[in-house]
Amino acid sequence: MRRSLLLALALIAGCATAPRGTGDLGLVVERASGSLLLVETSGRTAFARVEGLGDLSHAAAVYSRDGRYAYVFGRDGGLTKVDLLHARIAQRRLQAGNSIGGAISSDGKLLAVANYEPGGIRIFDAATLELLSEVPSTWGDGKQRAKVIGIADAPGNRFVYSLFEAGEIWIVDAADPRRPQVTKLNGIGKQPYDGFVTPNGRHYIAGLFGEDGLALVDLWNPKPAARRVLDGYGRGQEPLPVYKMPHLRGWAVAGRYVFLPAIGRHEVLVLDTVSWTEAGRIAVQGQPVFAVAQPGGRRVWVNFAFPKNDVVQVIDVPEMKVVKELRPGRAVLHLEFTPRGEQVWISSRDDNVVVVYDTASYVETARLAARSPSGIFLSSRAAMTGF
Amino acid sequence: MKICLGGMKYCWSVLGFIFMVTSWAGELRAVAAPESAGRREAILHMLRQDCGSCHGLTMKGGLGPALLPEALAEKDVDQMVYVILNGRRGTPMPPWRDFLDEAEARWVVDQLRRGLPGAP
Repeated sequence: MRRSLLLALALIAGCATAPRGTGDLGLVVERASGSLLLVETSGRTAFARVEGLGDLSHAAAVYSRDGRYAYVFGRDGGLTKVDLLHARIAQRRLQAGNSIGGAISSDGKLLAVANYEPGGIRIFDAATLELLSEVPSTWGDGKQRAKVIGIADAPGNRFVYSLFEAGEIWIVDAADPRRPQVTKLNGIGKQPYDGFVTPNGRHYIAGLFGEDGLALVDLWNPKPAARRVLDGYGRGQEPLPVYKMPHLRGWAVAGRYVFLPAIGRHEVLVLDTVSWTEAGRIAVQGQPVFAVAQPGGRRVWVNFAFPKNDVVQVIDVPEMKVVKELRPGRAVLHLEFTPRGEQVWISSRDDNVVVVYDTASYVETARLAARSPSGIFLSSRAAMTGF
Repeated sequence: MKICLGGMKYCWSVLGFIFMVTSWAGELRAVAAPESAGRREAILHMLRQDCGSCHGLTMKGGLGPALLPEALAEKDVDQMVYVILNGRRGTPMPPWRDFLDEAEARWVVDQLRRGLPGAP
């Protein structure tokens, strides 16, 4: 407590006498109150709260390449640059009416924000938040705009994302950020709901809501095309209701396998990245939302959709089965690992708490009060492609 | 059918009476809140947080459409109740009938049409 207070004072004062690294910092989104809880993972404490970020339902964040600034994308179209060392908002602008997420370019100079309203992406200068260009997500007859989902950065200052209504994947080359070049892949499947770039930056995978399967794009291919993987994984059975959409990101990859929430099935699907065929499926206790590989890839931790959302299950990768079940609190919304995977931070929205576990022993090591916590974003994301 | 054999006039008045009763009952149901305050709170919590996953915490829309009063003003109440209970095929909207009964779904529609308490 005393240490966290001192740290808070040092950080808030931002005094030059107490230089500090950013590698162990992070933020917790407090979605109902439009605030962020700033945390550090060495002492496992919260050291400050930053308020005034607007509507943070479904907020996501990316980091500047030095790990000092978080860029938070809010539902209300707010784009907020937060200084973690000074624990304050550095800059904020309302850039759209309804926004879903964003990505930062591989060189750290550009932000691409994915918007529902108006549909499309907007590219900003990460230093100044100046609007550089816009790519409207027009499709069909050219009059309607699709909702942009699953945006991720790819090497070479590219951004990749999907169009929900259109069933398309777009690859935007922002080498010249004022004149971005767009490659459109059509007919990738019905209702892509999220997508991600693998940690090596080579593949983009979009999950489909309207069909049993995923769309895979090899970004190394000079003429990229989408192909279907895990086609027909539902085996013709009626899907179960999905009360929360799963989320996909590079954390799905553990060694040579990708672990993916099935849609409408209480299963985690395993995709082999060498053959791109199904390598198995693991029965779990509900509709998975996040299936996150612990750094190193030995285990995959899974949380679930309403109503069975008070449980986290842990899959052992070599055994391909659930080996542990934890109950951190009611309405578990997110989990995030420290970069070497020795801790996992889990948010429980309805118990207003973030619980930290030691991943080797599953012992709870800290419990931090937070207001309706949702996403947890640690600064180590700064160094990861696709985050 | 048998009623109508007595003549069209009688038939229409029966229909009119049925219409009157159902619309009167509909009005009544629309404002009938769940009796316990705890249940009302639980439903509003679910509405904000879980429906809010797709429709936004403030109901301004997300992957799902906006559910603000102005967006719902022209929509048919019975159809909205039906969609809440049974979901909407071909879209991500799931059926909520395991968590709400019809009267509660009607109350939810009523709350949305008025604007959620505390919403901006």
